[in-house]
Amino acid sequence: MGILDSKVPSGPLADKWTKHKNEINLVNPANKRNIDIIVVGTGLAGGAAAATLAELGYNVKTFCYQDSPRRAHSIAAQGGINAAKNYQGDGDSPYRLFYDTVKGGDYRSREANVYRLAEESVNIIDQCVAQGVPFAREYGGMLDNRSFGGVLVSRTFYAKGQTGQQLLLGAYSAMNRQINRGKIQAFNRHEMLDIVLVDGKARGIIARDMVTGEIERHGAHAVVLATGGYGNVFYLSTNAMGSNVTAAWRAHRRGAFFANPCFTQIHPTCIPVSGDHQSKLTLMSESLRNDGRIWVPRRLEDAKAIREGKLKPTQLKEEDRDYYLERRYPAFGNLVPRDVASRAAKERCDAGFGVNKTGEAVYLDFSAAIQRYGKEKALTSGLKDPDGETITRLGEEVVEAKYGNLFQMYEKIVDENPYKTPMMIYPAVHYTMGGLWVDYNLQTTIPGCYCAGEANFSDHGANRLGASALMQGLADGYFVLPYTIGDYLSKDIRTGKIATDTEAFDKAEADVRGRLQQLLNARGDKSVDYFHKKLGKIMWDKCGMSRNAEGLKEAIEEIAALRKEFYANVRIPGGMDEMNTELEKAFRVADFLELGELFAKDGLHRKESCGGHFREEYQTEDGEALRDDKNFKYVASWEYKGEPKDAVLHKEDLVFENIELKTRSYK
Amino acid sequence: MKLLLKIWRQQNASSKGKFVDYPISGIEGDMSFLEMLDVLNQQLIDKGEEPVVFDHDCREGICGTCSLQINGEPHGPDRLITTCQLHMRMFKDGDTIVIEPFRAKAFPVIKDLMVDRSAFDRIQQAGGYISVNTSGNTVDANTIPIEKTKADDAFNAAACIGCGACVAACKNASAMLFTSAKVSQFALLPQGRVEATQRVLSMVRQMDLEGFGNCTNTGACEVECPKGISLENIARMNREYLMASVKG
Amino acid sequence: MSGFAKSSIARKVVMALSGLFLVIFLALHVTINFTSVLSPDTFNAWSHFMGYNLLVQYLMQPILVAGVVVHFVMGIALEIQNRQARSIRYARYNGGANAPWVSRNMIITGLVVLAFLGLHMYDFWAHEMVYKYLEANPEDPTRYYGETVEKFHPIWRTGLYVVAFVLLALHLWHGFASSFQTMGINNKYSAAIRSFTRLYAIVVPLLFIIVALYHHFNPITH
Repeated sequence: MGILDSKVPSGPLADKWTKHKNEINLVNPANKRNIDIIVVGTGLAGGAAAATLAELGYNVKTFCYQDSPRRAHSIAAQGGINAAKNYQGDGDSPYRLFYDTVKGGDYRSREANVYRLAEESVNIIDQCVAQGVPFAREYGGMLDNRSFGGVLVSRTFYAKGQTGQQLLLGAYSAMNRQINRGKIQAFNRHEMLDIVLVDGKARGIIARDMVTGEIERHGAHAVVLATGGYGNVFYLSTNAMGSNVTAAWRAHRRGAFFANPCFTQIHPTCIPVSGDHQSKLTLMSESLRNDGRIWVPRRLEDAKAIREGKLKPTQLKEEDRDYYLERRYPAFGNLVPRDVASRAAKERCDAGFGVNKTGEAVYLDFSAAIQRYGKEKALTSGLKDPDGETITRLGEEVVEAKYGNLFQMYEKIVDENPYKTPMMIYPAVHYTMGGLWVDYNLQTTIPGCYCAGEANFSDHGANRLGASALMQGLADGYFVLPYTIGDYLSKDIRTGKIATDTEAFDKAEADVRGRLQQLLNARGDKSVDYFHKKLGKIMWDKCGMSRNAEGLKEAIEEIAALRKEFYANVRIPGGMDEMNTELEKAFRVADFLELGELFAKDGLHRKESCGGHFREEYQTEDGEALRDDKNFKYVASWEYKGEPKDAVLHKEDLVFENIELKTRSYK
Repeated sequence: MKLLLKIWRQQNASSKGKFVDYPISGIEGDMSFLEMLDVLNQQLIDKGEEPVVFDHDCREGICGTCSLQINGEPHGPDRLITTCQLHMRMFKDGDTIVIEPFRAKAFPVIKDLMVDRSAFDRIQQAGGYISVNTSGNTVDANTIPIEKTKADDAFNAAACIGCGACVAACKNASAMLFTSAKVSQFALLPQGRVEATQRVLSMVRQMDLEGFGNCTNTGACEVECPKGISLENIARMNREYLMASVKG
Repeated sequence: MSGFAKSSIARKVVMALSGLFLVIFLALHVTINFTSVLSPDTFNAWSHFMGYNLLVQYLMQPILVAGVVVHFVMGIALEIQNRQARSIRYARYNGGANAPWVSRNMIITGLVVLAFLGLHMYDFWAHEMVYKYLEANPEDPTRYYGETVEKFHPIWRTGLYVVAFVLLALHLWHGFASSFQTMGINNKYSAAIRSFTRLYAIVVPLLFIIVALYHHFNPITH
């Protein structure tokens, strides 16, 4: 336990961050010019951190596997970003945002971090507006808000269904400004394959130029990992095809503890799987639950008829529909948090009420919203006694203005018009709350190795609320890490340039080359995707929306066996010294094959249900999660010891001084 | 569905490329175009051949990574979508599909269908930003009200995903739509006006340096743009540029 | 301003301005031409004025020539640059899917009109030069109508003129409205500009064609 010092400052919750900022060491501007920082990943957290660090005067090198920093997967976030601005005057405050986030995370996050996040949330909006991020506005010229799941206020800022894109382009433009000044050197189409430690401190990385295949050494005084989540361990997820755990996992193997790997968010509103060819899943923003009502048929025979194509959903009368979220959770209705909504969908589908061919889909229905908006619009447009058709047309126009791009996306994929027939949705892997363990300063257990954004574990506990990922990424990147890293670097002002022609770098490079060669040498007869799909199936079946001890034990063994087969039998055409997309994938899948096992091990050890982690053995009589605060009120942080099954658990006890632990209820 | 794919194969930037024919069968309408290429690549790998390299990442039409000139059109025959959102139901059994990389001198081929679009990054770096520090010490976000129509226009311009379809579609390989979208976003917002003069001059200069062609107002870019970026942005940039040239 | 002159936008503006200037010139030209159908005397009077007025001859004519030269030299230069911007062509390019033929083929319509201009200069301008300066003939304010009608006697020339005017129509169809876009005008009036362009692109060349055909089919009988 000694190793896991969270370094949370003392004092009252609301003063901790200010006090900490006042007390930590700073690096003077002249010295910053002599300090190099590597930032891996250029999404919201990495891009924002790189821009701010460069602006402060550090020399920054950024790395991303995409062809441009602008393409990091933060770009795909749709719905919005939370901030406790209280522009709507509905009683919001940093405390309330803090409270909602801790409660939403099922009391498995660190109070001080979350409070800091809520505090900084207001700055983010100011910052982004100053950068030219075109948030949605009202007619009076002020910023508009919408609501998201799990909260009772309207605090989500948005830019249509492309909020992540606009925020990322804001961070990218801040990076561009620094690239233009020569303070950031951007290494695009480069993938970090290892972190290099010198005397126990992170001092650089080994990266591969994905175009030429060249293995490069980069030295720096500190390394920031902002490489996103590991949802792709499930093969099918809403993550980008290239999203991977390699950077974090390589750091884990070098000494960074991995926290709560089993905390994964399954997002309730995704487009259902259509067949074996499926390469990824597409999210339909949570904002749709503002207006869409979720239901399945009330009677099994109707569900069966719908699956067989004999009945259309629109033919089902109101009383024959089961709006199960409204029924089970009257207080929050369709806006319950994601984990609750996902499990409820699975419960209905498992009970035989699923509505697509595979029986794994529920309806998200906008007809009520269309009617409501249509009537309102008719009134405000001065139409007296409008007919049904006019109301529907007007209502569809309003819905289109709000969600047009999402509806279009749905129609392109599913080939059905969601204005006329309800959308079909099903939960899918979306976000990982777990990640590298970090202290209050966002430093991992490797000195000098920092971790920000989705890649760390810090703020969302066992379940993340909607529109909070963007908030965390930007808060970490713009406002937290640039301060806290200075405290560490203040001791490095006399170190001088980090040489890369040293033994540590020689060894790290040799390791990387060895691993690549090992993968190429297998010369088996199965493609990388074959293994990735198999891993994904194990994960989804046994470590998915609900888990049990038996399944998790099986998963551990099956993944270990699959990993063995992978190294013996993977086939990678082409060589190492050229662009080789299969080799890139293989390196990533190799790490997923280790992470998956640790994931299952973590899930097995946590004998409680909380947030996204639902253990079938631990539930209430009416099927709600049964948390065990007495035994599991801690962060499970794993130390690498060779094989994932040998990982050693370190606990960080979670102290709740400002929030009373309660059973999470949305009823 | 059975199809004949004619795909551009090129080992690297310096080698000469050529078209290779790949017959493929068992393609379903619900597959996306890239999933169809996944099927092909799986077959190639099973035969021990190198898979076809193409750019892709988010596969939901927002990251702007995927490209491909499909039967003579960027992102294929459908409208307002990227290649990853193009579904095979747009094609018929027996079709021949010609797949080429985006062609422009400023977008050199890296391998097969993958091109280097870093010219776009350099255009942005030349001035596609507002010079505000990221320290958070700015004014409250609601201090400056912004007219909704202007905010919406700025958003519509900002929706550009930087995929390069405008360049690929343009008979002149012009990057005016891309550049003008960024210039417009900032020109429309009060926060961006401060540097508007220098921004448009720098970005246009960089755009010209990269070797893109000139705009001849054919409008092909607007039609092919997956995000429906309007030609009005090009007019706005022309206006901004002329005014800036007079001033600066 | 040095960067400005080299910029792609500045070059395009030069194309737009010279093009608009030529559009206005065409309106003047067609007006005078059409008087030949209505009244030979009016036509003669106008033609004589244009041929001997010092302002027209020594100020407007050089400007016109400069406008034409700038327009085609810049047009060709831009075309070369545009071709270089895509050094490897597409094997399959479905330009028709996203842009009208006329907008994609301004170089073709432009070059045909330019070639026609050669014939036109030979027919009228060279003739005037010979008449006025080489042979130093005296002023004759009544000769123009007869000479013009005479020109349209051969069917081949009338045919070439008609073809050239059709191509001119296509060139105007895109070019006129396009020059407004280049100069930054794209707003609520753009639809009106578009409609006026179409009207103009049809009416002006049509009037030229009518003049040519009228004189071809109504020769002066001596």
